[in-house]
Amino acid sequence: MSNTTFDWIASLIKAVIIFVVLLQLVPVLIWLERKVVARMQQRIGPNRVGPFGLLQPLADAVKLMAKENIIPTGVDKLVYYLAPVISIVPALAAFAVVPFGEPIHVAGRVVYLQVAHVNIGILYVLALSSLAVYGITLAGWSSNNKYSLLGGLRASAQMISYEIPVGLTVVAVVLLAGSLDLLDIVNQQVKQGIWNIGPQFIGFLLFVVASNAELNRAPFDMAEAESELVAGFHTEYTGFRFAMFFMGEYVNMVTTSALATVMYLGGWHGFGPDVWYLNLIWFILKIFAFIIFYMWVRASWPRIRYDQLMGFGWKVMIPAALLNLAATAVVIVVAKERATLWLTAVNIALFVVFLAVLRLVNSRQLEQHRQVVPQPDAVRG
Amino acid sequence: MTWIPFVLIAAVAVFFALYLVLSKNAVHGALSLVLVLVSLAIFFLLLGAEFIFIVQVAVYAGAIMVLFLFVMMLLNVGGAEGPLRENPSWQLAAAIVLGCVLLFEAALHIARAGEGVRHFPQAIAADFGSPERIGQLLFSSYLLPFEITSLVLLAAMIGAVVLALRRFP
Amino acid sequence: MDIYSAVPFSAWLALSGLLFTIGAIGFLIRRDPIVMFMCIELMLNAGNLLLVASARYRAVMDGQIYVFFVMTVAAAEVAVGLAIIVAIFRQRLDIDVDEMSEMRG
Repeated sequence: MSNTTFDWIASLIKAVIIFVVLLQLVPVLIWLERKVVARMQQRIGPNRVGPFGLLQPLADAVKLMAKENIIPTGVDKLVYYLAPVISIVPALAAFAVVPFGEPIHVAGRVVYLQVAHVNIGILYVLALSSLAVYGITLAGWSSNNKYSLLGGLRASAQMISYEIPVGLTVVAVVLLAGSLDLLDIVNQQVKQGIWNIGPQFIGFLLFVVASNAELNRAPFDMAEAESELVAGFHTEYTGFRFAMFFMGEYVNMVTTSALATVMYLGGWHGFGPDVWYLNLIWFILKIFAFIIFYMWVRASWPRIRYDQLMGFGWKVMIPAALLNLAATAVVIVVAKERATLWLTAVNIALFVVFLAVLRLVNSRQLEQHRQVVPQPDAVRG
Repeated sequence: MTWIPFVLIAAVAVFFALYLVLSKNAVHGALSLVLVLVSLAIFFLLLGAEFIFIVQVAVYAGAIMVLFLFVMMLLNVGGAEGPLRENPSWQLAAAIVLGCVLLFEAALHIARAGEGVRHFPQAIAADFGSPERIGQLLFSSYLLPFEITSLVLLAAMIGAVVLALRRFP
Repeated sequence: MDIYSAVPFSAWLALSGLLFTIGAIGFLIRRDPIVMFMCIELMLNAGNLLLVASARYRAVMDGQIYVFFVMTVAAAEVAVGLAIIVAIFRQRLDIDVDEMSEMRG
């Protein structure tokens, strides 16, 4: 067997495994999200089908498949059919370059634990995530429905705007690693002794917020805001086509979490011995921690208004990400070997200052609020 | 055999370019242009320009074309070409004649420039087209154009904001 | 990828020329400004293909740098152009290019 054939077969096997695992994760995540959100809201969540309601996603899937496929009049057929597919493909394809372990040796050959070892991996992920907007936009346009159109419009504006802070925070990480290869980014974090969440703490926060907006999840789910737009871009979708949007959203969530893990949390490295199966477990644990964090955010925050969303994106996120990038670059050039140390210190200090300012502003607003609105005691008088 | 990828992708590009020109539906036109851009991106990759490939997908397909779609949806001109008049036939004929002249001229130059078939050099630096090399060039020989580009972008941004904010009577 | 040994430079030139011509004809025969705009993008991209192919042909990277600049300028152009189209549309709800003759003094 020649080297090329071996590589081809290995890539094929890895691709199939990743594909199956990602798609199988979707029902698990749906169950998890319903359970987590229910617990946070002091409900029980699904508990009828199977133990702990574990078979609920299966029941949902059967229901969705068996449903009548309604196609509204006046839809643009081709685009209407294509949109759900377009929304799921970039998410699946982006996972191809995410490394989930050290390269291992099989039969004297090196096997990378990622579908494709690309030396510009992170740019590839950025390029694909910029294509994700098409699915939602086209679904909104082709449905021949005002609410869908509004949802699609909002989604395209929102995703273009929040792509910029995501890109800028990624560039800061790339500056630290000195490489666009995701494998190098993980290894560099081990070499510098601290995961990037230290020297890039502000960047990490910006990335989490911006990627939440990129995922169109609450509190940034403007594209499908139930209280304003019925269900936004997927109002007119039923059955399996609707399920595909769902799958797209969850696969996107897994991919983004994996990317965050690789960029900021040291990838597959954890405590304990450095063997590949333990590393894999660490990697999955970190991804799930991220996903549960996203669910937590969804359960905690109300949806923000559309103008607030855009204002926040352009007036807060982008300047902050730019400043973070510029500061990182300057510190790397000036402090050279000590850059990690300095960046960590500055980031933590800035974060503490930020929290203090936030607290001050909050208490002042509360004070004004108290002066305007009479206190309950006074009313009861 | 090695012609096959070139011919296939070129056929896709030309077909969708024609579709963009002939389709009455502007959104379908935009989508076919996206496909043209993506097939050209694959050509860039085959020609050893991996950084340009990524920029083509991220900037052209991912940002510029989304802007086009956004404006079409905003103005609701996506569907059939409704209010616009048909072209007078002499205009159509003139356009096609001019296009043929252009194509003929290009073909003439291509035929005259080489002895028919000129091949690419086989050997090429391993990092040809890599982001590192692009970066080195941009920040050395092309530093001034690079800085001017940032001014162009700034001017465009201000221009777009001014145009969008202006209130028309 | 052994595409270089089979496909000569002239084939890339021809493809680029063909795409450019399609874009030019489209620009001439369409009246919808957005479609005309997209035809300009097509022409720019045909030029980009030529630049990238010649960069590979001469084994110097300057062609790729030019493509980079062309893309930046195209992005700027699209931002301003679409803003103009939106502004015109707001004013007159009709975007036939032949009717836009107010600038004619």
